[in-house]
Amino acid sequence: MNRKFGSAAKEDALWRPMTTQLGEKTNMKLTRTLFGATAVLALMSGAALADPALIYDLGGKFDKSFNEMAYTGAMRWAEETGGEYRDIELQSETQREQAIRRFAEAGYNPVVMTGFSMATPLEVVAADYPDTTFVIIDGVVDLPNVRSVLFAEHEGSYLVGMAAAMASETNTVSFVGGMDVPLIRAFACGYAQGAQAANPDVNVIVNYTGSTPAAWNDPVRGSEITAAQISQGSDVVFAAAGGTGVGVLQRALDDGILSIGVDSNQNYLHPGHVLTSMMKRVDNAVFDAFSAGPDMETGVQIMNLASGGVGWAVDENNEALITDEMRTAIGAAETAIAAGDLEVHDYRTDSTCPISVE
Amino acid sequence: MDLATIVQILESTLRLATPLLFTCLAGLFSERAGIFDIGLEGKLLVAAFFSAAFAFYTGSAWLGLLAGIAASVVFALIHGFASITFRGNQLISGVAINFLAAGMTVVVAQSLFHQGGRTPPLSGNARFERIDLPFADALRDVPVIGPLYSNVLSGNSVLVYLGLLAVPLTWWVLYRTRFGLRLRAVGENPAAVDTAGVSVVRMRYYAVIIAGVLCGIGGAYLSTSLAAGFVKDMSAGRGYIALAALIFAKWRPWQSLVAVLLFGMLEAIANRWPNLDLGLITLPNQFMAALPYILTVVILAGFVGKAIPPRAGGEPYVKER
Repeated sequence: MNRKFGSAAKEDALWRPMTTQLGEKTNMKLTRTLFGATAVLALMSGAALADPALIYDLGGKFDKSFNEMAYTGAMRWAEETGGEYRDIELQSETQREQAIRRFAEAGYNPVVMTGFSMATPLEVVAADYPDTTFVIIDGVVDLPNVRSVLFAEHEGSYLVGMAAAMASETNTVSFVGGMDVPLIRAFACGYAQGAQAANPDVNVIVNYTGSTPAAWNDPVRGSEITAAQISQGSDVVFAAAGGTGVGVLQRALDDGILSIGVDSNQNYLHPGHVLTSMMKRVDNAVFDAFSAGPDMETGVQIMNLASGGVGWAVDENNEALITDEMRTAIGAAETAIAAGDLEVHDYRTDSTCPISVE
Repeated sequence: MDLATIVQILESTLRLATPLLFTCLAGLFSERAGIFDIGLEGKLLVAAFFSAAFAFYTGSAWLGLLAGIAASVVFALIHGFASITFRGNQLISGVAINFLAAGMTVVVAQSLFHQGGRTPPLSGNARFERIDLPFADALRDVPVIGPLYSNVLSGNSVLVYLGLLAVPLTWWVLYRTRFGLRLRAVGENPAAVDTAGVSVVRMRYYAVIIAGVLCGIGGAYLSTSLAAGFVKDMSAGRGYIALAALIFAKWRPWQSLVAVLLFGMLEAIANRWPNLDLGLITLPNQFMAALPYILTVVILAGFVGKAIPPRAGGEPYVKER
């Protein structure tokens, strides 16, 4: 074991201060943590100081969505700067705190992590390592050495709402949300505002899959909701529903209507049938954090249209679906929002929306 | 409300009811033989995963179906082993199966496909195609009956028809064959069956295996017909709803069909009208989602008829010495 994970003496030195600090009572817990930490330890051997590190949330590096975007950003940084970074894929809920702590302990700086579930463990760990800079994406931790990155999802949704309304031939577009939470309502609200801006007569149908976490992973229900929306005339559907969205996009394909992907560029899933995707540029957030290094500005950072944090995807898979008219109109809206001339209402600010998204 | 809306609701009802139907009939066989089965959810999930994974590798939905059935039967045998051979607590064994399925499917999916616990999307022959019943096109223009036949009954996956055929078949097996009589007797009074020289253990194993096969078909329907691939936890509580339907149906086959169609319709209505406006009151989405359970509790509480479970249900059989 020693040969595999570096010298025993080194490991002991690393852990001793913590053991004394925590005292007898937590020793048992610590042993358990140590035992589980061996996987993390494997990554640490031969670490150079002040390299950045990245922790992926459950779901893993190649989840075709959120985490994969983070990976893309880190890879881009590594290619452009020739720098090195370390990363780890969490395998279970219990590894969160230990993963952050190990990276901080080994001298990685900054330590970047994705997902709001990291907020609670980070709050504990960040206070113990005041000299390390931490970045949390999609969550807020109010400590001087933490940068909290949030996204202006409503602005991106506004753009794809415009695209939807302009592509619709029936004047009816729809939205399938995952769990009915303020974040998802912000998606719906931005989408409805954009659709209405592009076509004041448009009818926007809004559905949420459920009110429990099961709503994120119910493609069957997503598919049936889409079928119900199609029967009400919808011919463009936007899914912001995690795994449920897979069913939404599939049903749209089966029944011959257009769909809109979310988070990462999902245009390639059904080329020629996905109108566009509302992208959350997690890759840019990771790239920025890695580039800025340990001395980055901390506090809450909003990734909006102006800072390239959200956007709509155009690539070879959907080029044929995007008309010049759409490009012009959406481009103009992008400029206006970025310049602050056009304000998209964020549902999260006051829990209301100018257009009903109940 | 026009005919097109009604047709859409009925179509959706049939599709949503089918996985419930298979699972409910699975529970029926198992519980009628005296083995309570909380693990329906887990078996459904594991079958959904293995059928999607095998359909992806082989490109054949039918091979996927077989793999799903095999996986589900293995889980059924684990349940049988724990609760029949070792006379363990059937509820605990069932819960363990649910946990095992929820964890294992994601871990295996992640290590095989690296897509966050999903399988890649299925297309072509890896999915069950919708098939048209004879005369579907010719009858389409006949008023009322036309749309009902051509749109609701026709144009479904072959598994939907299999499910509808499974109901009379289950009735016939349970009430018209010697096997069915013995199976029901094992759930009511195993000692009597034992006295008659029939092996209680063997009958109960048959029952859990049949339950495994039915759950397997239900799971395959979820991932290779309704959806196009596996997503973690995609059974989304359908095993529990099916269990509720089984109680609602008072452990009888035809009534099971009615119960799952009712529960399927509730879900279809909730999908179509998130907030159902009834004029005087508006029913929120959450109420519709809870209604199957509320109805089941009402039935269980004995307000409408009486739900009497098989008498020897949940009790391991111990031969007198």
